[in-house]
Amino acid sequence: MKNFSRHLIKKVGIMLLTLWLIITCTFFLIHSLPGSPYVNQEKLTPAQLEILNRQAGLDKPLPEQYLIYFKNLARGDFGTSFQFKNQPVTKLLLNRVGPSVQLGFQAILTGTVMGVILGMISAMRQNTWVDSIVTIIAILGRSIPNFVFAVILQYLFAVKLSIFPIALWGKFSYTILPTITLAMAPMANSARFIRTEMVEVLNSDYIELARSKGLSHWQIACRHGLRNSLIPLITLLGPMAVSLMTGSLVVENIYAVPGIGEQFVKSIITNDYPTIMAITILYSAMLIIILFVVDLLYGLVDPRIRVTGGERLAA
Amino acid sequence: MSGLLTIENLDISFSVFAGEVKAVRGVSFRLDKGETLAIVGESGSGKSVTVKSIMRLLPNNAKINSGSILLDGEDLLRQNERETLKVRGQRIGMIFQDPMTALDPTMNIGDQVMESLLLHKRISRREAGKKALELLELVGITTAGKRMRHFPHQFSGGQRQRIVIAIALICSPEIIIADEPTTALDVTVQAQILELLKEIQKQLATAVIFITHDLGVVANIADRVAVMYAGKIVEIGKVDEILLNSRHPYTWGLLSAMPSHNADEKRIYTIPGTPPDMLCPPQGDAFYPRNKYALKIDTLRMPPFFQVSPTHQAATWLLAPGAPEVTPPAEIIAGRELFRERARNAR
Repeated sequence: MKNFSRHLIKKVGIMLLTLWLIITCTFFLIHSLPGSPYVNQEKLTPAQLEILNRQAGLDKPLPEQYLIYFKNLARGDFGTSFQFKNQPVTKLLLNRVGPSVQLGFQAILTGTVMGVILGMISAMRQNTWVDSIVTIIAILGRSIPNFVFAVILQYLFAVKLSIFPIALWGKFSYTILPTITLAMAPMANSARFIRTEMVEVLNSDYIELARSKGLSHWQIACRHGLRNSLIPLITLLGPMAVSLMTGSLVVENIYAVPGIGEQFVKSIITNDYPTIMAITILYSAMLIIILFVVDLLYGLVDPRIRVTGGERLAA
Repeated sequence: MSGLLTIENLDISFSVFAGEVKAVRGVSFRLDKGETLAIVGESGSGKSVTVKSIMRLLPNNAKINSGSILLDGEDLLRQNERETLKVRGQRIGMIFQDPMTALDPTMNIGDQVMESLLLHKRISRREAGKKALELLELVGITTAGKRMRHFPHQFSGGQRQRIVIAIALICSPEIIIADEPTTALDVTVQAQILELLKEIQKQLATAVIFITHDLGVVANIADRVAVMYAGKIVEIGKVDEILLNSRHPYTWGLLSAMPSHNADEKRIYTIPGTPPDMLCPPQGDAFYPRNKYALKIDTLRMPPFFQVSPTHQAATWLLAPGAPEVTPPAEIIAGRELFRERARNAR
């Protein structure tokens, strides 16, 4: 167990360092953006501007602002939003995390499950028309941007068939279109990945041994093929989660999902510094945690990668 | 007498980009209950393809052109998929060459050993676990109860081969096919695994087809030996007949190529030349280009089998009536003496 806790402490240290770097870079980058947080600056007198700047703490030199920001952050204070007067950013975001996390989770789950199934079928029916169709789906899924998908789905299912609303939030059925949109990329990625991996795994010696036991093709694929093909897919989960998050910024806007993504886009347009910072930190933290979980998942699927805590086995 | 397994006139080819590789060209042999038949030959002689066709484990580009494989009178080549799956694992078990890659790295060995038992027999998981445990102990896995939950990477090569053997045995099959089961192991472990196989065969009275290119192993384990070259059996007989009275020049070559322990020879004998290209095998005897005893007829016509004794056949024109009298090379005669001596000592 000692090995494992040391491994854990080291990991957490690196995670915190990464987060600090991200916060620092973002802080200086957003302050170098052109424009100011004020909607109608040209109508403000220099005196009014000065008062507003002093209120928001923007009159001080940038390094000092940075230190103050960190001091507040240490107390868990993300500052007050410029856009919604007197609203603490924390409160503002808490109401919006739910929909984003729900969508992201639904999308990655449907995407990978569908992708794994498609990839498996594709590998089992290698070089047949089934394989070709899956390949085409995967290529389309990867190459069409998800905002295009969003519009196509809206047109088909909302405008033409009127099954779902175009853009509404509130019921589970309303989440279906955005989930499908977001699930396309992870589905396409994992389908391609599983196919390649599975084709290779199916040619390995232990699969031949499984065949010699009298297992049928599908039994072999499910019991021996899938698990061994899943290992590299887990590596992919991290980057897929990233693209999901960034992808969701636009998709949430299109479907009017009251999530963080929508808030993020608004805050960037209006130069709402505290909100941009808070959302960046939130995204980064989520991503870092996902990567950490992926790391743990590895050991779960592949016994060879498990951190055994120095348990010695008799040879 | 009809044996447990009878292969007749088996002909298998592979379609590749360059054409048809004729891997097996008219192989026939018989396997009786409880006996060990060794199939010997160099790489590419078709021995693996022959036994894989018994399990119907050939790759997709393989084509069985003719022949039959009768298991208790039923032709395995005419079975449908479902019937084939019932034979595999249940009636015929297979032991693979490389234990390092033959086990699923993500499944614990208890589950891997039990798998075919649960598949073929109506048996509870607990019962299957008990049987697997007994078998793992039989093949020499110590503290098997604890080790059932361990994964392949936690075992050594020799132990993994023992596990692979247990997997092959779990349904008590009538036939075990061992495809070079000791080739990938180091010498001391090789001897242990051979001992184990012999032991198990004596206990369970299973028939074994043992593929190898090591005649030393053959002397140790086989009842009968079939020598294969270029997709054909060139000589087949009881182990004594092959080791002490072989008639085919290729068998002589293989025997000469065996390194002996006590002789002070400076170099190891090798058969000159390379095996023929099986895309277009030669018209006559496939071995004639490498055969210093070749006759003119060898270049023209394939030799049929000539009976040496009721149990011993060889396909060489040297045995035809009127063929010139040929004495095998001196080292073969010396080697035979060695085998005789060993046999006497063993007794």
